[in-house]
Amino acid sequence: MRMSGADIVLESLKRVGIDTVFGYPGGVVLPLYDRWPAHPEVRHILVRHEQGGGHAADGYARAAGRLGCALATSGPGATNLVTAVQNAMMDSVPTLFVTGNVARNLIGRDGFQEADATGILTPCVKHNYLVMHAENLAHTFAEAAYLATTGRPGPVHIDIPKDVFIDEAEFVWPEEVSVRGYDLPGAADEADIARAAELIDAAERPLIIAGHGVILGEACEELRQFAEHTGVPVLNTLLGLGSIPRTHVLSYGMMGMHGSYEANMAASNADLVIGIGNRMDDRAIGRFNDFNHHAKLIHVDIDAGEHGKNLPTAVPILGHVKDVLPQLRDATRQRSHLDWIRWIDEVRDDHSHSMAIPSGPQMTSQGVIKRISERCDDETVIVTGVGQHQMWAAQHMRFSYPNQLITSGGLGTMGFEVPAAMGAQVAKPDALVWSICGDGGFQMTLQELATMVDENLPVKMAIINNGYLGMVRQWQELFYEDNYVAVAISQPDFVKLGEAYGIKALRVTDADKIDGAIAEANDHDGPVLVDFQVEAEGNVWPMVPAGSALSETVEAPRPETPSEVAR
Amino acid sequence: MSAELRKHTVVALVEDRPGVLNRVASLFRRRGFNIDSLAVGTTEEPGISRMTIVVASENGIVDQVQKQLAKLIDVIEVADLTGEDAVIRELALIKVACTTEQRREVLDLVDIFRARAVDVAPGSLIIQIVAEERQFNSLIENLEPYGILEMTRTGRIAMLRGDQTTAVHDPESEELQRFRHSSGRRPAGELPYVSD
Repeated sequence: MRMSGADIVLESLKRVGIDTVFGYPGGVVLPLYDRWPAHPEVRHILVRHEQGGGHAADGYARAAGRLGCALATSGPGATNLVTAVQNAMMDSVPTLFVTGNVARNLIGRDGFQEADATGILTPCVKHNYLVMHAENLAHTFAEAAYLATTGRPGPVHIDIPKDVFIDEAEFVWPEEVSVRGYDLPGAADEADIARAAELIDAAERPLIIAGHGVILGEACEELRQFAEHTGVPVLNTLLGLGSIPRTHVLSYGMMGMHGSYEANMAASNADLVIGIGNRMDDRAIGRFNDFNHHAKLIHVDIDAGEHGKNLPTAVPILGHVKDVLPQLRDATRQRSHLDWIRWIDEVRDDHSHSMAIPSGPQMTSQGVIKRISERCDDETVIVTGVGQHQMWAAQHMRFSYPNQLITSGGLGTMGFEVPAAMGAQVAKPDALVWSICGDGGFQMTLQELATMVDENLPVKMAIINNGYLGMVRQWQELFYEDNYVAVAISQPDFVKLGEAYGIKALRVTDADKIDGAIAEANDHDGPVLVDFQVEAEGNVWPMVPAGSALSETVEAPRPETPSEVAR
Repeated sequence: MSAELRKHTVVALVEDRPGVLNRVASLFRRRGFNIDSLAVGTTEEPGISRMTIVVASENGIVDQVQKQLAKLIDVIEVADLTGEDAVIRELALIKVACTTEQRREVLDLVDIFRARAVDVAPGSLIIQIVAEERQFNSLIENLEPYGILEMTRTGRIAMLRGDQTTAVHDPESEELQRFRHSSGRRPAGELPYVSD
């Protein structure tokens, strides 16, 4: 059938399973918007800023477990997307970003709202396209969706000049997509599996690091079975949280810069580390050169580029984690490592103060976050921003299923919390979605409150409000001799702000009122903003100072009396 | 960490379409890999270009270079020809200052290096040499006393000896070829004026 480029784009979105687009119109995408009413199957959500649209697509993709989509106009529309695109790149989130561009005969002439969108975004995407012919649109969308969702997922960008939306072409949907420069890994090399099994069987102090790849590869069940079969304790990276229930006897939570003391000691004393779908990031591993020299490393990943990138690897295994884990299970002996686990438990018990929530009448961030967690159900999605509140959420919330935590891990994007929560709520309209916000990050993207109201998205937002850019302040306190520069941040009256948007808003200044406010938010049918005014100068402990080894994990200098031990 | 720097010859077979060079160059810049030379040209297979990239780096880094290159969707095949039995060549044009009295001795040098004089002017010669790096450097050293006025080099290209190849013969359907060829390319002819 012959149709306009605009119709082909909308038809193609349907074919690749996109039911929601977070978009913002502009001059060059007008021909596309003009045709939108004819395609009611694709819901358009008008965001208030393209970055918000991008993060919403990211949050949507993680919560739904499928491709998310954001749309922007040329020039500033495209450049406003950049942060969100790179965020999705760093965290391997399957996303499709569509931008309009100036008409073909204006490209390269520095016309109004022209930016080199494909050039700007090339290093931020898995792949991108500039579509110069309407007859290429359908194939491009099919290929883009295939690339974004297969292998190691990631963002794919499609740039479309204005007149390509207007041109007509035959709509031909490709029956299959094949890209000769793109090979998906097949079955893992059997020799690699055998070598890994040998190391696993011989290990006395083995350890699993489970990363985001386990969740993206839908291999949580396979991970649990492999860990139980081999008796190997499991640590998580930040993005791996939820890949094994935190209540599981072999789950030891998060490792890394703000990982638990026992997790970091276990990682530093293991004789075998099995990385599964993680990328050996510096925030998880500490100083590369001094990561546990006694441990051999097995690394299972779908991306060969991750093998040996940061750490020397004894056995790299290339393959789908969902296939590799059962293979490894079948190739290894059933074991339990009671002495090793007892050793980790003893470290944990001896250092139970290290993540304790300070006692006293003051309202702590950890206390608020833990209480929200206690009132979550099995469907609750937690979205965070970046900084202290994020680390406290990772430490104190008990994540038990994949994608329960949606957070900006790799890029560390402040301002992710509000739009990503909005996207998650769109993906899961009936779930309770809590956005744990920093008072700094919230002010970066709060414009999306209007979108939430428009679409009646009942997101619950907890501003962990300490009046500081808390993590930066913590570093200035610890590493720059209390020299606080540009970290005290003023703010509007958040309750009035929420009300101005037509959102129910509460303020909590008293620790006794935390539970009531959470219950009130949970019960309200609509978005809620809660301004939790917490103590100003709490620090996240334990901590691996930047550039230190995991074995150099530092605990709170003056152990505060634990009233509530965090486990 | 002082690892020995070695020149590696990496060959990448890539889709012949706009933006590919940018993707490859962007990757090298972004990951901090240094390009010594880069030569690009068409191959026996329509739609596929061949890049020969010389990287001076430690062995481990070249492994990463290869893996990161292979991740690019437009890169079809990557091979490291370093240490392989391969023909490695580079072409250079060298304009050397040379009086008519000096011409004979310069031409003798040119003969010794199996180079050619391709342009003769009263005060200069253009010498064309196709050689491997060592021979090449040696010629330059010998020409320097006369004064090198200008030089341009193509960058290294390489091919395995014998029956082995670094080639991709994976013809795609005509439809797909058309898609790949036109993808990102401005259509020929006048375009209608559409203002934004």
